[in-house]
Amino acid sequence: MSPFFAAIVLIVLITCGHFLGRRRAIQTANGSRRLLHSLPHYYGLYVTLWTGVPAVILMALWVPLQPYFLDSFLIASLGDKASGLNSDQLGLLLNDIRNVADGNISSRRNDPTIIAAANRLIEWRQLGYAGLLVITLGAAIAGLAIARKRISRTMRARNAVERVFNAVLFIASLIAILTTIGIVLSLLFETIRFFGKVPITEFLFNLSWSPQTAMRADQVASSGTFGAVSLFAGTLLITAIAMIVAVPVGLMSAIYLSEYAPRKIRDILKPALEILAGIPTVVYGFFAALTVAPAIRGWGESIGLDVASESALAAGLVMGIMIIPFVSSLSDDVINAVPQTLRDGSFALGATHSETVRQVIIPAAFPGIVGSVLLAVSRAIGETMIVVMAAGLAANLTINPLEAVTTVTVQIVTLLVGDQEFDSAKTLAAFALGLALFCVTLVLNIIALRTVRKYREKYD
Amino acid sequence: MTENSSRNLAIQLRKKRYAAERRFRLYGIISISIALGALCLLIGNMAAKGWSAFMQTYIILEVELPRDGLAPGGKIDIETLREANYVAYLRKSLRDNIPGVTSRRDRRSLYKLISSGATLDLQNRVLADTKLIGSKISIAAVASDDVDQFIKGNITAGSGGKISSKQAAWIKTLSDAGRIEKRFNTNLFSNGDSREPELAGIWGATIGSLLTMFVTVLLSFPLGVAAAIYLEEFARKNRWTDIIEVNINNLAAVPSIVFGLLGLAVFLSFFGLPRSAPLVGGIVLALMTLPTIIIASRAALSAVPPSIREAAIGMGASPMQVVLHHVLPLAFPGILTGTIIGAARALGETAPLLMIGMVAFIVDIPGSITDPATVLPVQIYLWADSPERAFVERTAAATLILLTFLILMNLIAVILRKKFERRW
Amino acid sequence: MNMENNRPETVKSVAGGMAIDTAVTGEKNLKMDGTEETTIKMSARNLDVFYGEKQALFGIDLDVPEQSVTALIGPSGCGKSTFLRCLNRMNDTIDGCRVDGDIRIDQSDIYDRALDVVELRARIGMVFQKPNPFPKSIYDNVAYGPKIHGLAQDKDELDEIVRSSLERAGLLKEVVDRLDSPGTGLSGGQQQRLCIARAIAVSPEVILMDEPCSALDPIATAHIEELIDELRENFTIVIVTHNMQQAARVSQQTAFFHLGILVECNATNEIFTSPSDERTQGYITGRYG
Repeated sequence: MSPFFAAIVLIVLITCGHFLGRRRAIQTANGSRRLLHSLPHYYGLYVTLWTGVPAVILMALWVPLQPYFLDSFLIASLGDKASGLNSDQLGLLLNDIRNVADGNISSRRNDPTIIAAANRLIEWRQLGYAGLLVITLGAAIAGLAIARKRISRTMRARNAVERVFNAVLFIASLIAILTTIGIVLSLLFETIRFFGKVPITEFLFNLSWSPQTAMRADQVASSGTFGAVSLFAGTLLITAIAMIVAVPVGLMSAIYLSEYAPRKIRDILKPALEILAGIPTVVYGFFAALTVAPAIRGWGESIGLDVASESALAAGLVMGIMIIPFVSSLSDDVINAVPQTLRDGSFALGATHSETVRQVIIPAAFPGIVGSVLLAVSRAIGETMIVVMAAGLAANLTINPLEAVTTVTVQIVTLLVGDQEFDSAKTLAAFALGLALFCVTLVLNIIALRTVRKYREKYD
Repeated sequence: MTENSSRNLAIQLRKKRYAAERRFRLYGIISISIALGALCLLIGNMAAKGWSAFMQTYIILEVELPRDGLAPGGKIDIETLREANYVAYLRKSLRDNIPGVTSRRDRRSLYKLISSGATLDLQNRVLADTKLIGSKISIAAVASDDVDQFIKGNITAGSGGKISSKQAAWIKTLSDAGRIEKRFNTNLFSNGDSREPELAGIWGATIGSLLTMFVTVLLSFPLGVAAAIYLEEFARKNRWTDIIEVNINNLAAVPSIVFGLLGLAVFLSFFGLPRSAPLVGGIVLALMTLPTIIIASRAALSAVPPSIREAAIGMGASPMQVVLHHVLPLAFPGILTGTIIGAARALGETAPLLMIGMVAFIVDIPGSITDPATVLPVQIYLWADSPERAFVERTAAATLILLTFLILMNLIAVILRKKFERRW
Repeated sequence: MNMENNRPETVKSVAGGMAIDTAVTGEKNLKMDGTEETTIKMSARNLDVFYGEKQALFGIDLDVPEQSVTALIGPSGCGKSTFLRCLNRMNDTIDGCRVDGDIRIDQSDIYDRALDVVELRARIGMVFQKPNPFPKSIYDNVAYGPKIHGLAQDKDELDEIVRSSLERAGLLKEVVDRLDSPGTGLSGGQQQRLCIARAIAVSPEVILMDEPCSALDPIATAHIEELIDELRENFTIVIVTHNMQQAARVSQQTAFFHLGILVECNATNEIFTSPSDERTQGYITGRYG
């Protein structure tokens, strides 16, 4: 017996429910479908929902909760053996018991108490699954019976079914909100814990970043400094390089494509640019680390410059290339939104094409272009893989693009990849950085989306 | 006279203006060339570095399978076959081919020519056909990554290098005897990850990607479409729906790594779901893809002209019937296109998966959505970080494969859009 | 079509009775003593226009007399706007548009390869159906043309051009104290006069007007019509209009287009009193359109 079995029985019941509901409805109407308020299959769906929804909810609650309860029962039953342990040891012990119960190899497979506990666990599991089966099936059958009884000729089955569908749609639309709330809460929660260990002033104003782990527990305070200034500066430097590449190239590409290129060429070039946008960032990162960084280094050496092998320039350049299609497609939309009448007005005065673009179209599209650039900046700040692979790891407060700098996202990755302890300031620092990243990009996005929206409304 | 000079002035001015026009146009052409040049450079670079990874060097060896070692007393026993000393047979064959290698050090460096994977191949071959025992068979032993790179010309022999000059001489002997062959690199497509570049493959990561995408699409497609239908067709326009809309647009622009932090804090720490599992990866990517799908679906739904809705309502259809019978089928190609594009983005996503531990070194092919797994882009990241020269070409090859998948997906999206595009 | 034409007329007769009278008398004067000395400013011969495969104009022959107003009338889609846009080569900006035939201004072919289209458009100004001021200040809107064509040596001269253009467009009094505010903030009629000021700031020889009043209310329309009548003294004007009363009020010559063919072209009072073609008669009496 397992949850899987319960699920299969439930599916069978649900299917039956549909047929029963349908048949019942046709019966109440003495076989004449036209007398029914709704089409027969709505009655079927009605019974299906009554059969399935409560049972599935019960099941969805039961299955993840059962292990927790079983664990606490186990601990209780272990009595003395468990009470003296700290949480890590207890976790190990429970793991061993579970492994023995599952028939896996365990280091303590010969310990009699563990074998006894494992047997108990197996027994309880069976009991639990039996309980699950009884409860879900009980709920399903009860639901089926109630729903079937309710069916009458005048019952508005369609309306009832549609109300449920509507509720489902509404809940689906809440997921996005829940995601945002989840992001904010989880980041905020861990960040507050971080600031309990490291003062917020240090995070915001200290110039040095060296998140070492403590060797001993009493060393925490002296273990490292968490001054994020150099990370923000590094992020800004790389973002600035990226924008210097992406904004002029992206904007001019958009202008060329929407104003100059003949239709046939545009139809080829636009999808080609979209390919650039579809390339995964990890590929850009590999490209930056493998090809661009050594090339820049070699070029620097040839003219006598000392270039770091993980220079900000390499990461920034490649990030700029990544952002080009982003800028160009957003600007393209914005430029196309400028009404043709303005172009005509300018041409009719004898302006050349470039005069029209520079003096009429760009000023008219300016708010929209600013919005797109802000969105691009936000994307550059949050970009991770390129900098993880091509930028440095050590914090370095500089504006020299030939040196290695590190960024907020790089530090989040280095702090969290590998062994994690949820209590150390090192791990929590990643969440504080994440919150800072989230806030900055959020503000940029809101301003950008607002500007673009207002701009669009102006010409709609 | 003055008229003439002002005329000349005007002509000069126009010349200037036309020069500015040409310059401006040139900037546009330069810009687009930079963008496309970067694209060609990137793909060309990957192709140039990666194509050689599709071939692998093999050393053809005649291996004797002695009856007394494999089936002592003439009895064929699986346990004995499993634990037999296959390495020794391979090594003996190598020594036979290169006479005069006597010192221990030389022997050891001779043995390094073949990969540890060759032993496994030999074992599998014997296990599959026990009749071979006692005979002498020809086997294509996978060459070690250094030999492979040397043959491909990526590294040179010599002091301090990965291949000593002695080894180079042996390779030449083998090569002259026609024992060195380049064959299609099946390991790359059928193996999981490995510390040995010549044995490392992308199959594990591909399955991981498939499982992750399965979870992602399974969650984000129905949820996204349902949310879009609600917002576009049923929700009244008020403050609340405004908030949802702004929220969705913002969520679409939140850095992906933040979703990874969410997954770490909520799904791993709070709900205790397994680390490194496609299940969690799929959920995180689903949340990340959701806004894209909602926005695309809403656009597709709102492109269906109101007259269709009015016609259906006029026939007495309920609002739900209007949507399910009329609007949704018409909007479906657009929704599907949006979903494919969203899924393609998720398939190439790396950063959030690093946060939830899908970056582990995993040799086994994952069997279910709760097994530890990695995905293609993360595999690229891992290989890109490896110091061995042979991993460079494999990283590039994996990139080419990933790009092929992505381009295929986008192509399908484009074809769908072209095929079902409707102008109202 | 009937709705469109009747409404302005009824309001007009209340709001601008004077304007109609002066327009009609002015036109008679020119007709009586101007016929012989009229010189031809622009002429089209055997003009065919194609949009892709579709032919929009068929063999148009038309002369535009200098310093007078030529009205182009006809039902929607008859090709009158297309013809107008040929006169300053605005059709160049439309993909797939092909123009065959001969259009001349002062005897020189405007589709000549050697001709500079930018210079041509400086000589032939245009005012559009919907007022389309640039999203700049009122001043910059008018100064834009003189600036790009280098018509002013210094700031003072530019100021003078802007002022006089606004003055001639009858807008100066209304906007003199807010030249720096955006042109898009003006009312529809003011915007259209701003566009006219913008066009005349380049001192063109010909002004093309594409239904300049169709987006305006009757009072603003009356203003523009008065303005057109004044501008006739210095400029050659070609105006496309849907409104036959307007054509009668402001023009000296009227050309009737139908299905891409120039059906009839004659002095305005001739056309409206005794049209020679029955299609013209049908149109002006409101039987179709």
